[in-house]
Order: sequence, then C-alpha cells, then structure tokens
Amino acid sequence: MSIMKNLIHGTNFDHTSLNALQKVTLRAVVMSFLFFGLVAIEGMIMRAVVTGPANPLPEMFSHPYHYFSIMTVHPIVGIFGSTYQLVFAAFMFLVPFLTKKPLYSIKLANAVWLLITIGTALAWIAAFVWQYAPLYTLYWPLPADTEQFKVVGGIVFIIGVALIMLGTFGFIYNIYATIFARVGVHKDKTTKELLISGFGIDGMLNLWHKLTGKPPYSKEPALALPVVAIFRGTVDTFLDAVVILSAGVLVLVYLIFDASGNPLNVAAIDALLYKNYFWWGLDLVADGLVLIYVAGSWYLLATLITGQKLFMENVARAALMLELLVSWMVWSHHLLADQGQPEMMKLISGEMVTAFELLTQGLALFITLVTLWKARPLKMTMELKYLLGGLVGFGLAVPAAIIQADMGMNRVLHNTQWIIMAHVHIALIVGLYMTLYSALYVLWPIVTNNTKMFSSKLSNIHFWLYLIGGIGMGAFGGMAGLDGMLRRHLYVNGEFNTLMILAAICGTMILIAWFIFLLNIVLSVGIKGLIGIFLPAKDPSASYGIEPETIAENHKS
Amino acid sequence: MTFSNSLELLAFHETAYTIYALLIISVIAWFGYNLTRDKKADSIVRIPFYGYIAFLVAGGVGHHIFTYNAIPWVSQDITRHNIKPDASYEFEIAKHKWIGLPKKITIQCGQTVKFDVKSRDLVYGFGLFRQDGTLVTQMQVNPGVDVNGILDSNDMLWTFNHNGVFDLTSTEYSGPAQYSEDGKKDLMLVKNFVEVVGCKEGGAK
Repeated sequence: MSIMKNLIHGTNFDHTSLNALQKVTLRAVVMSFLFFGLVAIEGMIMRAVVTGPANPLPEMFSHPYHYFSIMTVHPIVGIFGSTYQLVFAAFMFLVPFLTKKPLYSIKLANAVWLLITIGTALAWIAAFVWQYAPLYTLYWPLPADTEQFKVVGGIVFIIGVALIMLGTFGFIYNIYATIFARVGVHKDKTTKELLISGFGIDGMLNLWHKLTGKPPYSKEPALALPVVAIFRGTVDTFLDAVVILSAGVLVLVYLIFDASGNPLNVAAIDALLYKNYFWWGLDLVADGLVLIYVAGSWYLLATLITGQKLFMENVARAALMLELLVSWMVWSHHLLADQGQPEMMKLISGEMVTAFELLTQGLALFITLVTLWKARPLKMTMELKYLLGGLVGFGLAVPAAIIQADMGMNRVLHNTQWIIMAHVHIALIVGLYMTLYSALYVLWPIVTNNTKMFSSKLSNIHFWLYLIGGIGMGAFGGMAGLDGMLRRHLYVNGEFNTLMILAAICGTMILIAWFIFLLNIVLSVGIKGLIGIFLPAKDPSASYGIEPETIAENHKS
Repeated sequence: MTFSNSLELLAFHETAYTIYALLIISVIAWFGYNLTRDKKADSIVRIPFYGYIAFLVAGGVGHHIFTYNAIPWVSQDITRHNIKPDASYEFEIAKHKWIGLPKKITIQCGQTVKFDVKSRDLVYGFGLFRQDGTLVTQMQVNPGVDVNGILDSNDMLWTFNHNGVFDLTSTEYSGPAQYSEDGKKDLMLVKNFVEVVGCKEGGAK
C-alpha cells in the first residue's frame, strides 16, 4: 500500500512549489534518463547479438541492416539525447546558482530540451523505420550512399541531428548571455573582466605575480571556477556543433540532389580531408568539452562536499585554459591508421599533444583528491561515493586511450573493441555518468525543494551494480579487442563468445541499475509529480537563492 | 626489449594495463576508506606535486619513446617511402569486393612486404588476422583520386617474423552490404590469404 502511495504521490515532492528554473531543469533530467534507458536497451541488444549461439533474441536482430541501424543511433541517443540533455540541464541550473543571477531565458531553456528530444527521436526513427546506418562517424561518402540507404532515411536522420545542434546553440547562447549579464554580483564588472576570468587569464596572472613577487599576489577572479569550466567547455561545444551541423548540411545537399534525380559527384569531396574536418569537430566532444566539463564538475563537487576552497585553484584555472588549447590539436590520434595522413600530424597532433591529456586530466584528479583529503573526515554520502566512482572511471579510461594514441599500438588496436569498451564506455558510463550522478545527488534537494529520496538502499544497490557492471563490461570488451575483435563489425557465430557473454552479464547489471535508479526516483516524486514537472510553473523565477556554502554542512561528520 | 609481432606486444600491454587498473582502483578505494576515518591515515608514500607532474609528463612522453624503440613497425612506417620492399602487392576495392587480389600470397620469413590498396568508392580497411582471430596488422583504405584521376594509394609495409596463415577482411565499416542478409557471412573475408613460411618456432629465421 505504501509503495502504491509512493508510486502515485512520491515522498514529499510538491511540483507546485517549484519555480520555472527548477521545472525546466527537471524536464530535461527526466528526458535524459528515459533516453539512458533506451541506450542501455540498445546496447544490450548489440551485446546479446555478438554472443553468437547464446543470443536469446530473434534472428532479425542479427541482420546487418538492423544491427548497424542500432549501432548508428546508439551514440546519438546516448551522447546527445541523454548526456547532452543532462549536462545542459545541470549547467543551465548551476550557472544561475553559482553566479546568483537569473538564467537569461527560461523559454530558450525549454526550447533546448524540446529540440534535443525531438531531434534524437527523429534520428532514432530514421534508423528504426528506414534502417539508415552510416554510423556516427559518417565517413564520407557512406552517409550519401543511396545504393545502401534510402534517401528519406538519410534526410530524416540529418534533420534530427540538425535539431540537436540547434538545441545545442540555444544552450550556448543561454549560458553566455547569463554569464555576461551585468546584474547582481556582476553589476559593476565589465565584459572584458568577465572574459579574462572566463578564459582563466586571471588565474595565470595570479600565478605569474606570485612567481615574480609582484603584488597583488592574488586577485579574486570575477567568475567561480566551475563557471570558468562551463565557459571554457562551451567554447568546444560551439565549435563541435558548427562542424557537425555543417557536415550534416553537406550530406543533406547530396541526398536532396539524389532525390531530385540529379546526383552530385561524391568524389568531389576528399574523403581524408573530410575525415580530418569531421574528427576535429567530433573529437571536441570527447577530448574537449567532456574533459573540461568533467574537471569543472569535480572541482565544484569537491568544494560543495567539503565546503572548502579548491586546492591550487589558480593552477586549476590555468590548466583549464591549457585543456582548451590541447583539445583543438589532438584530432589526429583518430587518423593514425590512415596512411595518407602526414606523418608530422600523426606525430605532433596524434601522439605528442594528445599525451598532454594525461597531464591535464591527471592534474584535475590530483586537485580533486587533495581537496577532499584536506577536509577529512567526511561522511561517505551518495554524492561522495559517485564522485570517487567518477574519478576511478577516468583514472581507467584516459590512460587506455593515451596508450592507443601511439603509432605502434594503434596499428594493432585501431578500430578494435579496446578503444570503444576500455576507453569510451568506461569514460562515459563510469567516469562521466558517475560524476553526473554525484552532481544529481548534490543538486537533488535544491532542485526539488528538499524532496526525500525514497530509499537509500536502492541508491546503494544502484551504485554498486552500476560501478561493477560498467567497469566489468568495459574490461571484458577491451580484452576482446586485444583478441582482435573489431568495434564496427558483425559477429554472429560466437567468435568471441566467452568474453561477450561476460560483457553481456555486466551490461545487464547496468540495465538493472538504471531500472532501480528510475524506480527510486519515481517512488520519490510520484507519477503525479512526474506529470506535474511538465506543467507550467506558477513561480516564473529563473534563479535559485540557496547559498552553495550551506550544502557543505550536510557532509561534515 | 623488442616486440617481433602483435601477439607479443598485446600480451605485454594486457599485463601492464591490468596491473595499472588494479592499482588505480585500489588507490581510490583506499583513499575513499580513509576519507571517512577520524584517525589521520598514515601515508604509504608522500607524492610531492611536482614529482607527480613529472611522473605524468614522463609517462606521456616516455610511452612514445619506448614504443618507438620497442615496436619495429613504427620507424618502418615513418620511413616507408625510402625502404625497398622484398615484394609488393597492389589491389583495389569497389562495392565491397576485392579487385585484382592474388588468390594467395606466400611470404618467406623476415620479408618486408608492401601492400597498396585503393578504394573506388567508400572508406574500407585492410586487416590481416590469425586463425584464432587476433589481429596481425591493419590500415584504413580511403577512396579518392588525384588531379589526373588516378586512385589514391593507401600503402603499408609489414615485416613478417612468424609463420602463420592469415585471413584478410575490411577493418572499417562500409555499410551493411559487407555482410550476407542473415549477417552470418562477411562477404569481404578472404580465408588463408597470406601464408608465412620459413620461420623458426619462436619466430624469425
């Protein structure tokens, strides 16, 4: 009876008490976790198919058009539908929260989650209905190959991706308009001061003045460090959106000409040059905004959990600038197996600059750990557990990629399951998502007006299933990669059976963990509350007034 | 230390990375445990900040110096245009089919062979696999033509130091048409394409 009551009414969640900023944040969060479920199911279908004879699914899932359609939308749903939504929602809440200024536009924030949701749904429909399957890499001229794919499928897919990118531009505009608004604490700041702080130049100057003994040794920066990380990461988000959108427009033009009966010559576009352009942009997601946003999130979580200033804050600010510059110059590590790629680009961009990520991410890990260490003893709250999980995830995933970003190793690891499982899946599932879960647990009371979580037992079960499942799936998949299993290949005859069964078991743990997490959330807010989130807010406020310092009090032993 | 083929390299890599993975998980677990304790934890090692940074820099740069010296195909790849191969094979790919492919290539132990593969339409891959599925070597095969309309080269040198029979297939996704309708057959797979003979049991002549 109690469960039924919780299912309908939640614990003490009252959606009518939420203001506009809280509601728009929760709408995107709900959509993000629904897409997470979809991506987990898609992932499990693919995991089941590659178990070969042990595959319990109907035969149609093993058909190449079906299989690769799923593989095409899997990252679109996962990265854009789920991760982008969650990150954008968190940041559109956090920037007003940290700067104590209202969000520039609630309407725009609503447009962001709607555009990304519709765009993701369209891309998914294109794959499901028309089996459009050029994969997320869109290697030219495959996305315009109308001998293999239906034109209508391609057009719907590209429109979907374009809507996601338009939503992304909306997020970017909202963030920068909020940061540069000269109201509240920034009333007397100039745009120049905010820009200097946003790029971390003040952190560098502080360091320089300290080294040269020139007073003042330290000047209070205009922007808080997490806002600087959001500012910096959003530069890469913008550049990445420009590249993906322009590649989409190119594909769309070719598809439209094809549909009109006047196909254009695909050879007019140089495949290797296109690969360079596309990877430059796409890599800004993996090696740019994700790493910068994650570093910023670690710093924020460490300071919120401990209530103390970040250890070596000026170094952290300067390192974020370095990370931004590094992220623009590392794309060639994706092209180490391309023999036409100039050797110097492989060596400098692909190897040497890429290796800097070990330094920048290692620095973020170090600063976060020391900040936590200096504040001990701490209570092992859910947010602290997830933060440590996130640190483990990147601690495993970053070196796994640096090892492959090497001309010798790449020859035997390129396009194998090593990179997609031991690096990408561990970075995303364990590193990024555990960081985001930590942020979710920190922000939960603020965004929901102190709604009580239904069960801490369910939270703990989710944590352990997710952590073990995430690391296990990545590890077994990675081992299959070392045994020669390719990442974009169809194996239905049980070629890597044992490792794939073990990976599928771990994948199932992630799926169950997601269900338990969702159940816990639904039982906390109730179905009525869940629907209420999508109803208009009575309070149109676009800001939230709780001081960040008060959160730290809850974590002290 | 020198690795004479991918098996030796990957075995070393698997061991080294597994040790590292267990270490980083243990360190964070130890750290998490001690974060909650009232009693001040005794540091097992004190890591000075600049020592840690030096370690990261040494790791990032040293890794490439190590592989350049220990993996023979790195320098061979960089200087391949100045190396005269013992044998050369050139073929093309179009519509998921190999064109001009020899039925079988037999290579003497220690020979350096040049593979030059050209694509007439899509991005493919060129990969040689052992009978147990492990990867010998690979490269991407990009389509494209120069100003005279001649197909772009995708060339690679490889020295074979171990006996074996290797299969060939595309290592890059080029659409579902690479497979039979039921997905059970890779239509670009060429069984027993390369055979290396004349090596001793442990490799080399």
